[in-house]
Amino acid sequence: MDPIKVLTANIDKPNSTSIDTYVAGGGYESARKALGMKWEEIIQLVKDSELRGRGGAGFPTGMKWSFVPRNAPRPTYLLCNADEAEPGTFKDRVIIEKDPHLLIEGMIIAAYAIGSNPMAYIYIRGEFHYGAMVLIKALEEARERGFLGKGIFGTNFDFDITVHRGAGAYICGEETGLIESVEGHRGQPRVKPPFPAVVGVFGGPTVVQNVETLACVPHIVRNGADWFKSFGSPKNTGPKLYCVSGKVKKPGVYEFPMGITLKELIYDHCGGISGDRKLKAVIPGGASAPMLKPDEIDLPLNFDAVMKAGSMLGSAGIIVLDETVCIVDAVWRLAKFFAHESCGQCTPCREGTNWMESVLDRLERGEGRKEDADLLLDMADNIGGKSLCALGDAAIGPVISSVKKFRDEYLHHVEHKSCLPGTTRYRRLDMPVGAH
Amino acid sequence: MADLHPDNPYSKERFADPAKRVEFPPEAKKKFEHILTRYPTKEAALLPTLHLVQELWGWISPEAVHYVGELLELSPATVFGVVSFYDMYDQKPVGKYRLRVCTNLSCMVSNAYDIYEHLCERLHVDPHETTKDGRFTVLEVECLGSCGTAPVVQVNNDYHESMSVEKMDALLEKLT
Repeated sequence: MDPIKVLTANIDKPNSTSIDTYVAGGGYESARKALGMKWEEIIQLVKDSELRGRGGAGFPTGMKWSFVPRNAPRPTYLLCNADEAEPGTFKDRVIIEKDPHLLIEGMIIAAYAIGSNPMAYIYIRGEFHYGAMVLIKALEEARERGFLGKGIFGTNFDFDITVHRGAGAYICGEETGLIESVEGHRGQPRVKPPFPAVVGVFGGPTVVQNVETLACVPHIVRNGADWFKSFGSPKNTGPKLYCVSGKVKKPGVYEFPMGITLKELIYDHCGGISGDRKLKAVIPGGASAPMLKPDEIDLPLNFDAVMKAGSMLGSAGIIVLDETVCIVDAVWRLAKFFAHESCGQCTPCREGTNWMESVLDRLERGEGRKEDADLLLDMADNIGGKSLCALGDAAIGPVISSVKKFRDEYLHHVEHKSCLPGTTRYRRLDMPVGAH
Repeated sequence: MADLHPDNPYSKERFADPAKRVEFPPEAKKKFEHILTRYPTKEAALLPTLHLVQELWGWISPEAVHYVGELLELSPATVFGVVSFYDMYDQKPVGKYRLRVCTNLSCMVSNAYDIYEHLCERLHVDPHETTKDGRFTVLEVECLGSCGTAPVVQVNNDYHESMSVEKMDALLEKLT
C-alpha cells in the first residue's frame, strides 16, 4: 500500500500555516459550499462517508451530530479535542502546527451542521504552547478574511473560535473531563447519561470532536462521501494518520488509507526494527491498547480488525518494542503514567492504578513474589468497568495483555530477581521519587 | 507546632499572607478583561487566568490564588483545588528554566532516563527541585506528544526533540 497525502497534503508546503497558502490550495471553499447547504444534508453526507471519530473510540461522527437536539433550552457547543496526551500519539500536533486552517475549516462546517452557538473552543493541551500560538495566529487571519465572525461567507451564521489551553492533565482528553475543564473545574469526568450531546458544556448540547476527525470534514464536503469511502474498507473508511514510535528505524507520522497492516507499516514503511533486532511486542493504539505479539501483527489497522484481535486502534499511536526491552519495565512505565493521571474520583481506579504500579516496581526491584502475576490480573479485574470513565479500563489493557502474553518474563523476575538476559531496564532504581 | 514541609498543604507556606496582596498590572488586567469576553461564565475563565498569573509571576502563590478568587467570584478553596489538579501550575517558586523531561514509554526506550538522571546529577538537584542559584528545575513529566522524535525535553515553552545527554549538555550551556 502506498502512502497518501490527504490530511497531510499541505504540511510540506512552505508557509503551510499561512492562510494564503491554504486558500491557494482551495482552502475554505468547502466551508463556503457547506454553508450553502442545509444542515441536514451535511449530517447525511458525513453519515454516508462512514467517518468514525479519530480520538480513540471510533464512534460514527455523523450519528454523533444527529443526536444533538435542535431546540434545546441552552446554546449548542462544538468543542475540538486537541488534548493529545495518549502516550505514543502525535498526529494532531502535526495538523495543528502545520495546517491549522484545515482544522478551523472543519470546525466551521461541523458547527454549522450541529447548529452551534457563535462560540466554539479548541481545547489544546497546555504543553503545546507553540501549537496554541499557531492556532491563535491562524484564527486571527481567518477573522481578517471574514471566515470567522459575524455573518460568515455572506450568510447569517455567526461563528468564532477560542483557544482554551489545558494545563497538564491527561484526563481532560476524556470528553466529559474536557467539558469540566472548559468550565473552569478540575477535569474530573461526569456520570453519563446525560451524554454531552444532550447536556454538555455550560448545560448545552455539546459535540466533542478530535482534531483529525474535524480535519477530515472539509475533504468530505469537497469530494463527497463516495470518494471518502474509497479509502479503507466498509465501516472503516477514510485516510488515517498513524504515529509510529519506539524501536523502529524511521519513526514518525504516516498517512495511509485506513487498514494498512501493522506488519507492512513497521517493516516496509518505517524501515523495520532498530538495529535489525527482533520484534517483541507492539502497542497498536496508544498506551491504553493491549499489546500484540509478533505473530499477531499481520493485522489491518482499522477499528474493527484491531478490536477483533483483542486490542484497539485507539488513537493509532503505535509503540514498537524490540527484544531488548524488558516487558515488566515497559508495563511499569505505563502503569506509572495511569497512576499519575488518574483523576482520583473513583476509588477502584485511584487506588488500583497505584497498586499496580507498586507491584510492577517491586518485580523490577527483584522483590517480586510468585503470585504477583496473578495478583496483577486480580487487581485489573477489580478496576475494569468499575469507574466512571475509561481511564481505569485503559490502565489495565497493557497489564492484562502483558501478563497473559509474557508470563514467563514476569516469572523470571520473581525467580532470578532480575530482568531477562539481553533485556534492559532503562531507569536507575536508586533515584529519589520526585514530589508531584 | 513544628514547621511542616512546604509541600504539605497545611504548611504555613501554603497560606496567603494578608500583608502581601497582589494585583495584575494594567497590561495583564487588559488581557484578563479580554479573557472574560470569550466565555459565557466567569468561572470558565479560571484556567486562562491562572496561565496569565503564572506567565506574570512565574508561579501561583497563595496570594495569587486569593486574588484570582476575588476576580472570578470563586472561593480560594475552589481556585486552589483547580491549581493543585493540573500539573503545569506551579505551587511553589521554580527555576528560570523548567526542564521537563518526558520519560514515558517511547522516550524511555530512547534513553530519556539517562538525560533525566544526568540532569539531576550535573545540576545537583533532586527530581522536581530547583537548583540553589534558582536557574533550573528538573521535572519528570508524562508524554509530551513528541514520541516520533523521542526523547524530548521541554524547556519552559519550547520543545527540544531527538535529545541526547550530549545535546542536553550543549543546551544547558546556552541557558544562562
